[in-house]
Amino acid sequence: MNQFSYVRPASQKAAIDAIFRDNTARFIAGGTNLLDLMKNGVTAPEKLVDINRLPLKDIRFSNNILHLGATTINSEVAAHPLVKTHFPLLSQALLAGASQQLRNMATTGGNMMQRTRCSYFYDITMPCNKRSPGTGCGAIGGINRMHAIFGASDQCIAVHPSDMCIALAALDATVIVAGPKGGRRIPFADFHRLPGNTPEKDNNLGKGELITGVEIPANPFTRHVYYLKVRDRASYAFALVSVAAALDISGSTIRQARLALGGVAHKPWRLYEAEKMLTGKAPTEENFRIAATVATRSAATFQHNAFKVPMAQNSIITALSKAAAI
Amino acid sequence: MSQADKEQSSCPGKPDKHEARREFLRQSSAIMALALAPPLIVKAGEHDEAIAGIFEKMPVNMEINGKAYRLSVEPRVTLLDLLREQLALTGTKKGCDHGQCGACTVHVNGQRVNSCLTLAVMQEGKKITTIEGLAAGDQLHPMQEAFIKHDGFQCGYCTPGQIMSAVACIREGHAGSPGEIREFMSGNICRCGAYDNIVAAIMEVKQGGQSV
Repeated sequence: MNQFSYVRPASQKAAIDAIFRDNTARFIAGGTNLLDLMKNGVTAPEKLVDINRLPLKDIRFSNNILHLGATTINSEVAAHPLVKTHFPLLSQALLAGASQQLRNMATTGGNMMQRTRCSYFYDITMPCNKRSPGTGCGAIGGINRMHAIFGASDQCIAVHPSDMCIALAALDATVIVAGPKGGRRIPFADFHRLPGNTPEKDNNLGKGELITGVEIPANPFTRHVYYLKVRDRASYAFALVSVAAALDISGSTIRQARLALGGVAHKPWRLYEAEKMLTGKAPTEENFRIAATVATRSAATFQHNAFKVPMAQNSIITALSKAAAI
Repeated sequence: MSQADKEQSSCPGKPDKHEARREFLRQSSAIMALALAPPLIVKAGEHDEAIAGIFEKMPVNMEINGKAYRLSVEPRVTLLDLLREQLALTGTKKGCDHGQCGACTVHVNGQRVNSCLTLAVMQEGKKITTIEGLAAGDQLHPMQEAFIKHDGFQCGYCTPGQIMSAVACIREGHAGSPGEIREFMSGNICRCGAYDNIVAAIMEVKQGGQSV
């Protein structure tokens, strides 16, 4: 690991100032991804700004909105009665990610800031436009079994690694940000980016901006939800495909549906068209099959990842069936 | 006498090649260090609670296995390296050093974590328990006893991490069934493949109802 200086600011303002003044500085919370990247030489910040002592640890439900502070711990959020009762999809997604040791360290904000696990991004001897813009993409034409089937560009085909974020995308969360020029709110769908010509940018945070929390509005998705994660081993592996499915069912009609995919794009991949198709329909396997076809119409595959299209379709059908308990 | 020995003995006043190289490395790394260190490493903010420069050690207070320590560490030292290299608590193992194997599992304020992926300077005021702190004197912890009884290891390298993780697994309430144990122990890899016996050990301690 490179040498770096360390600062533990006593206020949010001091933390933001420290990052704003120094381009080589990074916030550290759980550190589970950042320290790993630093050990691999993928990133080498010269200063770490520790935000763990800032008052960003609250979990509260008020005015029909769940507020999660940025440094709330993944395992605590997953086990919190408010989350389990009102937002079970989020709890399921969190428990599908990492191991209990890592969930005991990882934070809500840090989880959103995770970098891709693309092996070409991690291997500093390989070309990677995300790590070193302009060097090319090793995965296009390389071993791209784990890579994107939606929204990729000719610069980058990496996928976003989080499970938590797939649930947050499905549940229409809002990211609360503080920065040198004040605070702002970013709808979850606009937080992460597609790679385009700037794959080095994972998200739309500005210089010096700090995630202070996430808000999720109350929703009717308390019963018919399912987070399905398909991976190379039963636990503790990144997703090949994951599905966050939430249904609001009244009688034999789907009033509302939420669907998002993980492991398939540079950001959580919300399936708006399939959601629309399901609205007003009966929760049957036949309808879920149609939704899965609609959901994967825009898929584009590479040499080794064409299997992800049928896998995504089958996963959508399974997740919706489990959510609907049919 | 070989050619090299002759050359060396012919100029006794000169350092041998290896020594010269070592001296060069010493000098060049010192120069490198100066070059890397900006004139003012860190501008201390008025509101900073704690601060350490690039080559600066900073004081850290923590309690490890019930004993209070006042330590001095560089920012880049992980909790794992602090335990092993500075405090000689080598029961905690370095497996992958990337949070993928669980061999470095310790408890911080009662929660199991990967000590390889957290910095020692971030542990100010925390209570750490390592495998060395689990037994009560000569009396092994019930989980240690159960691992021995059920042959929960072969080479033993992952065992301290497995045991720390297993104790936490029961305390968290995640040891209700073999399936739940497998899921919540998935962050601890055993290359020898002693998983069945590890699950049996955890099940026995859980069902024994002993205080862990």
